[in-house]
Amino acid sequence: MALAQAKIDAAEVRLAALSVPESTGWAQAARADALTRLRAMGLPGRRDEYWKYTNPTSLTAPEAPRAAVFSDPNDTPVFGEIDRLKIVFVDGVFDAAASDDLEMAGIEIERLETAMQADIHWAKDVYGVLETRGQTPVERPLAVLNTACATDGVVIRATAKAAKPVSLIYLHKSDASDAILHHVVKVEAGAELTVLENGPAAARFNKVMEVEVADGGAFHHIRTQGRDHERRAVTHLFARLGSESLFKSFTMTANGVMTRNEAVIELLGDDASAHIAGAAMGDGDFHHDDTVFITHDAVNCESRQVFKKVLRNGATGVFQGKILVKEGAQKTDGYQISQSLLLDDDSQFYAKPELEIYADDVACSHGSTTGAIDEEALFYLRSRGVPQAKAQDMLVLAFLAEAIEEIEDQTIADEILARLQGWLDRRHG
Amino acid sequence: MLEIKNLHVKLEEEDKQILKGVDLTVEAGKVHAIMGPNGSGKSTLSYVLSGKDGYEVTEGSATLNGEDLLEMEPEERAAAGVFLAFQYPVEIPGVGNMTFLRTAVNAQRKARGQDEISAADFLKLVREKAKDLKIDAEMLKRPVNMGFSGGEKKRNEILQMAMLEPKLCILDETDSGLDVDAMKLVAEGVNALRDENRGFLVITHYQRLLNHIQPDVVHIMANGRIIKTGGPELALEVEKNGYADILAEVA
Repeated sequence: MALAQAKIDAAEVRLAALSVPESTGWAQAARADALTRLRAMGLPGRRDEYWKYTNPTSLTAPEAPRAAVFSDPNDTPVFGEIDRLKIVFVDGVFDAAASDDLEMAGIEIERLETAMQADIHWAKDVYGVLETRGQTPVERPLAVLNTACATDGVVIRATAKAAKPVSLIYLHKSDASDAILHHVVKVEAGAELTVLENGPAAARFNKVMEVEVADGGAFHHIRTQGRDHERRAVTHLFARLGSESLFKSFTMTANGVMTRNEAVIELLGDDASAHIAGAAMGDGDFHHDDTVFITHDAVNCESRQVFKKVLRNGATGVFQGKILVKEGAQKTDGYQISQSLLLDDDSQFYAKPELEIYADDVACSHGSTTGAIDEEALFYLRSRGVPQAKAQDMLVLAFLAEAIEEIEDQTIADEILARLQGWLDRRHG
Repeated sequence: MLEIKNLHVKLEEEDKQILKGVDLTVEAGKVHAIMGPNGSGKSTLSYVLSGKDGYEVTEGSATLNGEDLLEMEPEERAAAGVFLAFQYPVEIPGVGNMTFLRTAVNAQRKARGQDEISAADFLKLVREKAKDLKIDAEMLKRPVNMGFSGGEKKRNEILQMAMLEPKLCILDETDSGLDVDAMKLVAEGVNALRDENRGFLVITHYQRLLNHIQPDVVHIMANGRIIKTGGPELALEVEKNGYADILAEVA
């Protein structure tokens, strides 16, 4: 039990370095509950099976490792061309002056703090609730820590089709910032909402987003994680889906010495659909981990996991993805693909695809591949006059295409593609 | 235009000599056919001329209008005017046929110091040429060669050739896997490109393609060398008697 005790001790050390925000009412109860749970489970350690390929030390340490603030004068704002409602956080603190008015027809947006002060609030039924559900069968202590200690965030409730996306912008200005944000989203029956996220947020960023999509609702999520290479991030996306609802999430990650993106999605209503995709590119000490757990607990639901990674100069990619089909979840259509393209011999990709099925009338497929650039295809392109570097880029972007296709909005998909191309261009100097 | 002198080529990975002294001159405006049994080195010759990895030239030279082809990267050879119609065109998921063609056309223009072709002009040109080859708009939209039948892939090769307007067209067993109608269509596409400034090297097993693409000169290749050269009648002789007689004759 020495290991378990070490994890519990680590949690205490971490908590001692944090101040648990003062709350009242329902929020106080939610935070206290999380605190109790965290003290019982402790923080993840290197020996944990779920952290076999990603070392959690920098994410659990009491102090955030420093991360230089990155800026590129040639950079254009991410999603800058898109009409959106901007909500800005600087090193994890809401910046009202830089944000738009939190007003949109059919959409209620409040700062987490405000929602927590209300005696009765819809967020009570989601905050920490989806996160708690996501703790079985696998513990996710960094999300528990987040529920207990989150210092800021927004709660968003959509009761109609949003006229424009809500855009969460995470600026990083201090090289020692340690941010814990917690967002709660509820898409009511038949409503539709798109949430955009971009930016590195802080030297170290722990973020949870809980998303409840009611019957017939639709939620779209597109995020980019910022070019600050030294930043570290652990993020959790918890989603609970009602019948005939749609959930689509896409993440682009370029650079970052430590990124662990977890997603825990439950399909609880019949005929629901959940798609989650990621395109990651990195070199050197880039470390990127996608850990996904999708539970089918209703009839005739569909889920897709599409994760692609381009790795070079010793970069590391990790994918842990599971589809759990519960008893009675007949007619499930589950698909999972994780692929890496290694541009040299030094890079590495660890994949752990899992299927666990307790229903007999389902179609589930999964695949995982690791490979180099297809030399035959490269020669074919070059033989038509396309220069080698350009031909290689075309094949890299083609490799990522299946993930990018998961973005429904063509303008956003085009921007993501252009940013990936930019990343490649910078590699050519 | 194309001058190959005493070309010796071996495989890089294994110590196996494939070409053992090929001499060949293709003049502008002419169609040269190379026939020969399996394993004679025909496809290797096409790959070595277009710059594929895996081959080592141990002796000899190959020049296009005086420029040393063997020193150039594949894309430089393409810009210099070499085009290889592949025996097995590669499928490339995720790369759109049109994007690929336009990138290739513009890359070659850029390499030659010409302005890029505008999107509108390109589209017009591609539609025109695709129509002649009975390539529909749907095919153009798909990823390169994905879901194409054997015949469609070969027509797509000819479309690329028509768009890139090379000086030297090498056709590597373009007739393989084609039915008669598809072969006619491909041959018409090739014939439309015949002009006094362009040379062709048509590699084939069978004489039947040469009924549709009339060669000026026919070479027989065996065991890494050109063993006999003649006019179109040589192809007919092969068709009638097989390679055995010719091989015996030079042995």
